Amino acid sequence: MSYIKDSIAHLIGNKIPRPSKEERSAEVQAIYAGKKGKLSKADVEAVRHAHKSTFLSKWQKRRWATLILVNLLFVASFYFDVQLVEGALTGARVMGFHFADLNAALQVALAYKHIVLNLVIGIVTVFMMWLLLGGRTFCSWVCPYHLLSEWAEYLHLWLVKKQLVKNHTFNRKVRIVFYLVFALLALLTGYTVFETISPTGILSRALIYGPGVALIWVGLLLLFEIFYSRRAWCRYVCPIGVTYGAVGLLSPVRVKYNAEACHHEGDCRKVCLVPHVLELTIRSGARDVNQDVSSDCTRCGMCVDVCPTDSLTYEVKGLSKMLK
Amino acid sequence: MSDKKQPVKKNKRPMTPRRKEQSRREFLRSSVLAAGMIGVSMLGYVPVLQGTSIRLRPPGALKTPDDEQQFYASCIKCGQCVQVCPVEAIKLADLLDGFGIGVPYIDAREQACDFSCDGLQCVLACPTGALTHDLDYPADTRMGFARLARPKACLAMQGKGFKGQARGADYRGLLRYEEIDRWNPIPVSEHPYDLEICDLCVRQCPIEIRITQCEAAESEKSDQPVARVAQQMGNACPPKHAITLEPMDQGDGVLRMKPVVQEGCVGCGVCEMICPVESAAIVIDLDNNADTVKES
Repeated sequence: MSYIKDSIAHLIGNKIPRPSKEERSAEVQAIYAGKKGKLSKADVEAVRHAHKSTFLSKWQKRRWATLILVNLLFVASFYFDVQLVEGALTGARVMGFHFADLNAALQVALAYKHIVLNLVIGIVTVFMMWLLLGGRTFCSWVCPYHLLSEWAEYLHLWLVKKQLVKNHTFNRKVRIVFYLVFALLALLTGYTVFETISPTGILSRALIYGPGVALIWVGLLLLFEIFYSRRAWCRYVCPIGVTYGAVGLLSPVRVKYNAEACHHEGDCRKVCLVPHVLELTIRSGARDVNQDVSSDCTRCGMCVDVCPTDSLTYEVKGLSKMLK
Repeated sequence: MSDKKQPVKKNKRPMTPRRKEQSRREFLRSSVLAAGMIGVSMLGYVPVLQGTSIRLRPPGALKTPDDEQQFYASCIKCGQCVQVCPVEAIKLADLLDGFGIGVPYIDAREQACDFSCDGLQCVLACPTGALTHDLDYPADTRMGFARLARPKACLAMQGKGFKGQARGADYRGLLRYEEIDRWNPIPVSEHPYDLEICDLCVRQCPIEIRITQCEAAESEKSDQPVARVAQQMGNACPPKHAITLEPMDQGDGVLRMKPVVQEGCVGCGVCEMICPVESAAIVIDLDNNADTVKES
């Protein structure tokens, strides 16, 4: 239950207060007490150093490959006319089966105020798929803007290191405001207002049907992220993330945090797209020895890769138990 | 926003002035971001209000000639209609169409819809019903309405014939010529004509072709079972005439013909596409106010 509660808090942009002593289990309490005075800076540094970090780490490699493959499938399917994956990321037919992006379908339903059966089938299929695969997994494993934004992020971080630009944060609540406003605008104007500026739809269509003026908008978003605010679109604006985050509330695919070996040096939070979900890795931030990272997490695996003590791992709820 | 509830909670330290200032700035920034993004997205209204986003749409589009709101609303902007079209007549609109971004349209002069798919594949492909499934046959659709916009340029009205490639050697548009290949459309440039008097707009009109087929089928009628499903199901056979050539008498002894758009015109755009003069003498209007051009 606390997973769902935490997830909702994160999705609407609330901060989860650090658990009080009473809220923490005796076990995790003991672990924190046991670490007191044990973790010298030099030790932590030594472990960090020993943990090899390459430019393309294990999960990042797999994720980029998946993301590129999925998007190439759309492109190749149309280019060679093999009818494997027809359409774009907003709506598709995969070997004849209807798939509809949940957020695009929501916008259409609100604007048109009517849903045909084929769309319902598409919605249910995609809902089930991401329910099994982790919800916001869509963001980091499929969305083409995520990949461009990731590259822009490297550039941004380099500029920050050179002290040429400064990162400006926004209040995270603004994302749920966007979500509600775009839903309301679709309902009131009768137009799918968000689709006009959605870089996911624009990029997916540009890849499949050829580039257009709309790519300039995507370019501007990337420039904004490079020079002003790190990962601003995904962090503070995109309603697609909220929609899939909501699907993830019930998903068994999660990132699990184990407090026992954690050195609390915070490398995971530095690489994370949504660092607030990893606040439980701060010393005395966890309630239990094992706790799942909330559904606002995109399951990108950057933290899994970077963690020097393997405190963060992928898990499939239920399946891991079965395998034991 | 986040700092409002804080005093109520236990063990929260009061904010330092510096932190307070940061928080105030962040709130301001966030408000500007919200206003900016929503403002930019609402710019999509401009082309819609100006009417510049109105275009020739694929068959069955949920729209009236001057209001495309329902079409934009119901379309999920996926382009599945684009993918199934055998002549690649359908394109997706760009950002300059505002809310119409990603919505399918047809540029008839470049490549018209010649119904060479027979079964309205784009309608069948549409996952949201933005291209309504209420259509059964090409003749049921009403995408627009042809109009002889430049009668003086029309070759038939000048009594002229036409010889050669209708749109030149470089033109890349496709049409299905049943007598050449029933299943695959071929480039118009590979099908030169030699006509005593130009009748391309009538000759290539998919509705007129259908009428000819119906008549042929009628004359061959026998006791044998009808082979084509389309014929068994009716397929509006024969549909109403869409365009005809009517003789004109100017009293100068030259045989002149005038293309007259009829009630059965569906606005597919093939006449505009095939018209050999630059720019086309016959064009597609989205409404039929201007027609039928009996006089003028």
